[in-house]
Amino acid sequence: MSGMNRHRGWSFHLETAAAWALAVLWLLPLMYAFWSAFHPPEYATRFELFAPLSLDNFKIAWKQAPFARYFLNTFILVTTILAAQFVLCTLAAYAFARFEFPGKSIAFVFVLLQLMIMPEVLIVENYVTMSKLSLVDTIAGIGLPYMASAFGIFLLRQTFKTIPKELEDAARVEGCSRLQILWKVYVPLARPTYVAYGLVSVSYHWNNFLWPLIITNSVSTRPLTVGLAIFGAPESGVDWSIITAGTLLAVAPLLVAFLLFQRQFVQSFMHAGIK
Amino acid sequence: MSRRIARSYIYGWLLLMPAAIFLIAFTYYPTVATLAKSFYSQGTFLKPSHFIGLDNFASLLDDDVFWKVARNNVIYAIGTIPISIALALLMAIWVNGRLPMKSLARMCYFTPTILPMIAVANIWLFFYSPDIGLLDQISRVFGFPSHNWLGDPNTVLGCIIVITIWKEAGFFMIFYLAALQTLPPELEEAARLEGASRWYYFRRVMFPLLMPTTLFVLINAVINSFKLVDQLFILTKGGPDNASSLLLYYIYEVAFSFLDQAYASTLTVVLLAVLALIAVGQFFFLDKRVHYQ
Repeated sequence: MSGMNRHRGWSFHLETAAAWALAVLWLLPLMYAFWSAFHPPEYATRFELFAPLSLDNFKIAWKQAPFARYFLNTFILVTTILAAQFVLCTLAAYAFARFEFPGKSIAFVFVLLQLMIMPEVLIVENYVTMSKLSLVDTIAGIGLPYMASAFGIFLLRQTFKTIPKELEDAARVEGCSRLQILWKVYVPLARPTYVAYGLVSVSYHWNNFLWPLIITNSVSTRPLTVGLAIFGAPESGVDWSIITAGTLLAVAPLLVAFLLFQRQFVQSFMHAGIK
Repeated sequence: MSRRIARSYIYGWLLLMPAAIFLIAFTYYPTVATLAKSFYSQGTFLKPSHFIGLDNFASLLDDDVFWKVARNNVIYAIGTIPISIALALLMAIWVNGRLPMKSLARMCYFTPTILPMIAVANIWLFFYSPDIGLLDQISRVFGFPSHNWLGDPNTVLGCIIVITIWKEAGFFMIFYLAALQTLPPELEEAARLEGASRWYYFRRVMFPLLMPTTLFVLINAVINSFKLVDQLFILTKGGPDNASSLLLYYIYEVAFSFLDQAYASTLTVVLLAVLALIAVGQFFFLDKRVHYQ
C-alpha cells in the first residue's frame, strides 16, 4: 500500500518477505516439474546443485504417448469451440443489446441460468444425447455443449451496450443492413472483449478434462488433458521424470503464451471478470 | 411504426435462435430429462425402465456413500472457500501496492490458473507420495516419520483442499485486483492524513468497498467447490474408501463405472438443487446492479 510506509519500517520488510514466500510457494510445483523433467531419473527426488541436465525424458515421453496427435486434437477442439462461440454469442448478444422483443428479459434470465448449470453438471444426460446423435468419441461431441456460452453472451452484451447508438444510426443512413452494422460497427469496436473472452475460453478448453474424458475413447479424438491423465496413471508404469516431462509438454504452449503475453492474459481475465 | 416494431421482434428472435437451439439441446433439455429420469428405475435387458416415484430418492437417503460424499463436499467447500478468498485478497493488495518486482509476484500467483488441473495434479502427486515425496522429505528433516498422505482417510481430503486453494487463489486475485484499481487513491491518502492505521483503513474503508467483488468471488468459489473434481482422477480416484470423493465425482462413478444412469440422475438432481439454492441466494443477496446493470 502506497503512502503508508514512508519509512519502510520492519513491517514493510516483513510483508515483502511474506509476499515473496507465498510467490515462491505458488511457483514451487512448476519449479519441481522443471527440475525433474530436465534431469536424469535418478535425480527426480534428489536435489543436488550439479546434477547433470538431460532432455531424454522429453524424448521418451514424446515416443511413449501420441502427444503430437493429442496436440492436434486439442488445437482443433479449442479453435472450433472458439469460432462457434464467437458466432453464436455475437448474434445473441446483439439481440439482447439492441433489439426489443417479447420475452427478452425472460430469455436473458434463461441464458444466465447456464452460468449456474454448467455442462459439467449435466454429463449423464448429455452423454445420452451424444450417443443418440452418434457423436460419442468425436471432437464435435466434446465441443457442442460449450458452444452457446452464457458467459460470452453476457460479456458481449455488456460491451455492445456501451457502443453509442449514433454509430448504428449513421451506418443505417448509409444503407447498411442489420447484419452489416453488426459486422462493421459492433464487432470491430468490441475487439478488446473478443480478445479477453478468447483467451479465457482457450485456456478453459485447453485445460478442460471431465467431459472430454467421458465422451472420448480413442487416440484420434482425445485432447491433451485426457491423454496426459492416461499417460500419468500409475498403472502405466511410467516413472516420475517422464511423467513430469510429458506434463510440461502438455502445458508448454499455454505456459509460453502466458509468459510472453502476461499482461494481456491478466488484463483479459480482469476485463472478463469485472463486466 | 408498428411494422418497425414487428421487424425488431423478428430480428431479435432470429439472432437469438442459433444460441437458443444449443442452450435448449445441451442445458435445458438435459436438466428436464435428468429430473424426469430420477423418477424411473434403471432399465436392464430383462426389465425395461419404469416409473418408480420417489424410490430413487429413498435409496439415496439410505446410501451411506452419498452421505459421506455430501459431507466431504461440505468440508471441501468450507476448507477451500474462505482461505482462497482471503489469500486472493492478500495477494491483490500486495501486487497492487509497492511490493518490489510486483509483476513477477503477480505472475507467480496467477500461473496455477492457466495450468490444467490434471497436469498440476501429476506434479502434486509427487509432493504427497510417501518416503520420496517432497512433503515427506521435508518432514523427515524435522524427525517426523513417513506418512502416506493420500492413503490415509484423515489427511486425504486436506491434501485435495490444499491443491484447490493453490489453484484458485490466483484466479480470484484477479477480480480483487480489478476492483482495487477502481478505488480512488485519495481515499487512502485521506485515511492516512486522519492518522488511521492500515488495518483500520482496510477494515472500515477498503473491505466494505470491495464487498460486491467478495460476493461475486464467493459465488464463483461456491460453484467451483461443486465443479472442481479433476484432481481426484489423478490423485485418489475418490479413495481411500470414498474419503476424498466429491458429489460430481460420485455422479461420474455411478453413471460411467456402475452404469446406473437412473441413480446418477437422482444424484444430479441433488447437485442441481444445490446450484438452484446458490442462484436464489445470489438473487437475494447480491446487489443486482453490480453485475447485471
